[in-house]
Amino acid sequence: MNKVQKAAITLVSPRGAVFLLLAVLLVSITVLNPNFADPSQFIRFVQRVAPIAIVALGQYFVIVAGEFDLSMGSLITAQVVIAGNLVGQDESKTIPVLIFMFVFGAIVGLVNGLITTLLKVPSFIVTLGMMLALLGGVLFWTGGAATGNPADGFRQIGRGGIQDVPVFEVIPYSVIILAVLLAAAIWFSKRPFGRTLIAVGDNVTAARFAGVRVWWVKTSAFLISSFTATIAGILLVGYAGVHPSVGRGYEFIAITAVVLGGVVLGGGRGWVVAAVAGAFALESLFTLLNFTGVPSTLRDAIQGAIIILAVAYSATTFRARRKGRTTLTSPTGKEPDLHTDQVRPAHTSPTAGTEHITKGG
Amino acid sequence: MTSLTTTKRRFRLDSTVIVYIALIGVIIVGAVLVSSVGRNFFSDGNIRDILTGMSVLGFVAVGQTLVILTGSLDLSVPYVISLSSLIAAETMKGYAGNVIQGVLLALAVCAAIGLVNGLVVTKLKVNGFIATLGIGLIVKGYLDTRYKGSTGSVPAEFQYIGATGVGPVPISTIIMLALAVLVYLFLRKTRTGHHIYAVGGSLDVARLSGLRTSQPIVVAHILCSVTAGFAGLLLASRLGVGSPTVGSQGGYDLLSIAAVVLGGTVLAGGRGSIWGTIGGVAIFAVLDSTMSVMQVNPFLKDVVRGIVIVAAVAVYTGRAIEQRRARFSVKKEVAR
Repeated sequence: MNKVQKAAITLVSPRGAVFLLLAVLLVSITVLNPNFADPSQFIRFVQRVAPIAIVALGQYFVIVAGEFDLSMGSLITAQVVIAGNLVGQDESKTIPVLIFMFVFGAIVGLVNGLITTLLKVPSFIVTLGMMLALLGGVLFWTGGAATGNPADGFRQIGRGGIQDVPVFEVIPYSVIILAVLLAAAIWFSKRPFGRTLIAVGDNVTAARFAGVRVWWVKTSAFLISSFTATIAGILLVGYAGVHPSVGRGYEFIAITAVVLGGVVLGGGRGWVVAAVAGAFALESLFTLLNFTGVPSTLRDAIQGAIIILAVAYSATTFRARRKGRTTLTSPTGKEPDLHTDQVRPAHTSPTAGTEHITKGG
Repeated sequence: MTSLTTTKRRFRLDSTVIVYIALIGVIIVGAVLVSSVGRNFFSDGNIRDILTGMSVLGFVAVGQTLVILTGSLDLSVPYVISLSSLIAAETMKGYAGNVIQGVLLALAVCAAIGLVNGLVVTKLKVNGFIATLGIGLIVKGYLDTRYKGSTGSVPAEFQYIGATGVGPVPISTIIMLALAVLVYLFLRKTRTGHHIYAVGGSLDVARLSGLRTSQPIVVAHILCSVTAGFAGLLLASRLGVGSPTVGSQGGYDLLSIAAVVLGGTVLAGGRGSIWGTIGGVAIFAVLDSTMSVMQVNPFLKDVVRGIVIVAAVAVYTGRAIEQRRARFSVKKEVAR
């Protein structure tokens, strides 16, 4: 099988379908609005998607480990409000407040992770409780109407960029941050940590017997998701301002994006790049709906239909391929991974990676 | 076989008993706190408040229990609630003669949504979380497009249901408890009821035992949407109009799931009881009413709710896991 055929098969497989969808959406937008393909416009689009993509990236690690993080949206809101209230107009406070925000995020992630793993409370409930507590706490602190306008220097992180770049005119910092995080996430996924995470998501018992410190692996996933939520919060301060509704619903959008990227809820299967592509596909869909003049109220309905179709496509394709079923904990599902792991060094391209995960998961 | 049933029964009794012990604890703490500000917790008014607070969430949580028992979830309930209130209010148009028509139409539409949920989960093999999130979004899109605000009106006779009671017990709560009894009997006495537990316990084992695994899941989803429809009707009766945001404002999706889990039902399915859920709903209602009497800041209420949910579930899961471990180790020894 040559490389072109392989790539084509990957594109129609559930893992690759999101890239096909993304390409179709981007081309449609460009047809409707040729300006969109202009590099300077396109980089603006990427800048707008960056926070969602970053949140999806964090959510990916939690979902692939077989858990949920519903507290991400509230954490973003909390971080936005913290930045608004603590930084104020004093630019010199930027660094200490940033450090505080990262520590706060880490504490939230640690609490989520430890309660989930050590107290064995389902993560759905833990993060739901965290979501209520964080949002309530933030609103209580600010009296319901968050105020505060952080110094321009702080807002530049989300708003500004490197000026006078050829072709793009400006490269926003948020795009750079997204690129760095994505690269780090890919590296993480290739390392033993990423493999262990997927193993834990696929079958906790097997992973435990293999000597994995399950509690620590899962807690790390929650730490990553809280870290990305913190970054998304910092970026959102820049161009959405300080308001208690910033970040609301981000957890569901992120879960939708991740699932659109072919990551299986329940864990054990998925590719981080596809999850980020899912976020881009979702935002492109919204942009396309804006251009085509579909009433904004129908946005939700179309989003709902798309995610059901995407997941149904991936679920039914898997079923057909295996002739069996698509149980999340299929005992035979892990077998091919052994072979693919052995041949892995031969393939280094990302597409080849997807192929493995598709077969192996 | 006998030993298995007894362990199961003992476990189920246990978890429900803990819920009610927790409920009594919450009531005692609530009563002390309420009396500390010079009010009577057991006054007719307060009891009516608590029971009224139970009714809407109770309807939703009873249905949610069925869905969670099968191992699925229903995140579409808030939009089903709103839709049901709108259809009822629009059909009734303020005339008493249209009440039955309105109620039946609203419940039929809800049942249809539940059927779609169930079919998407079973036939398209979409995870319940995503399926009901997606269907919920579709219904939300319809609501937002079609309705700009409150519409229709409900006749005074229908408003009576939400407003009156027998002594301190509101009629709405009596209906909710009657429904809970029906669902309890359904789970205990019917074949589909047992199959709901079987499918939730293990889909594969259920299929290998010759069950049609989709049927209980579809039925659970239909019943869940219908009970959400009841909640919508009750809200319409209280408000006098149908409202497109009444469901999502209440946050009934996540709260009902929290109440079910608080009631000792395992989120993964297969274990749990209706009475546990009712206990969980009661804990929420007592908590809310106590905080209202104490005039706790509404935002702090959410903080307390969040902490109570996690803390309560943490108390149980420790026990449940041990029970499960015991059963596995016995099996393993037999296998050797």
